[in-house]
Amino acid sequence: MIVSWLNRAGTVSLRGLVAFGKFWYGFVIGDDWTVAAAVAAALAVTWLLHTAGVAAWWLPPLVAVAATGASLRRISG
Amino acid sequence: MINPAVFTTTFLAAAVEIIEMVIIVVGVGAIRGWRSTLLGTGAGLAVVAALILALGTALTYVPINVLRVVAGSLLFVFGLQWLRKGIRRVAANGLRGMGARNATDDDIPAHGVDWIAFLLAFRGVVLEGLEVAIIVATFGAAAGAFLSAALAAAAALVVIGGAGALARRLVERIPRSALQLLVGTLLSAFGSFWAVEGLGIAWPGADLFIIALAAWYVLAAAWYIRRLRRQTRHASQLAPQHVR
Repeated sequence: MIVSWLNRAGTVSLRGLVAFGKFWYGFVIGDDWTVAAAVAAALAVTWLLHTAGVAAWWLPPLVAVAATGASLRRISG
Repeated sequence: MINPAVFTTTFLAAAVEIIEMVIIVVGVGAIRGWRSTLLGTGAGLAVVAALILALGTALTYVPINVLRVVAGSLLFVFGLQWLRKGIRRVAANGLRGMGARNATDDDIPAHGVDWIAFLLAFRGVVLEGLEVAIIVATFGAAAGAFLSAALAAAAALVVIGGAGALARRLVERIPRSALQLLVGTLLSAFGSFWAVEGLGIAWPGADLFIIALAAWYVLAAAWYIRRLRRQTRHASQLAPQHVR
């Protein structure tokens, strides 16, 4: 009885964990992972350029628009 | 006794942050529904109030830049998702969906909490609320007039929050596809602004640059909508020729 209860609890918590992971994946990544990856890379490069003394505030908005265009092109075929 | 200089300065500085907070809450509420958005707003205000009570003037030591990078990056990528959706919808259907809300649209749950709306509102309120609290702590400590600074921030919250509540009906009249596009551009603008600011990089013109960022995303969206429509027209012109 304890074993079946533990099994059920384990299944429920695993299902919750999967749902939690799916929610955050949908929230951050959505239907195209490349846009999120491009934004993350752009922010990392911006920070590196900033530490090297180069003003790079313009980079993330530029990359975001380019990545959005590439994503739209892929989806619309 | 109210210090007029501290009151005016704090009111204006807090108003800038609260405008950003209210824009996010009204935009998210109009698209995803008000219940979960207001729950997120309430939870965010409660967290900020608890932090103010617990930390007091030590709030100035909160690592606000770390919060800006985390909250800003998440808002940025989520805003771009809505921007893409909005572009595709406006390109395909034009400005349809006036006022009507479709519960199955955008995976908005019919029952229970819509966690996307909750988190978007919560994050915006906590980040901006903390910035307002830091403004109050800084201005209040510098002039030794905490009461004036706190009252000014409260007045700014009432005035801007009231304007947001009044604007709610107006915003709900905007066609749904256009609203998603508009909120997508705003979330992308705020998100990119905060994420870059959190890296310790100053934007030219400070907070005013958010307007330039929003304009940049609007222009890009308009260009992509035009391109998608041209593609669709081109495809529909070619289709009958294939049949023949």
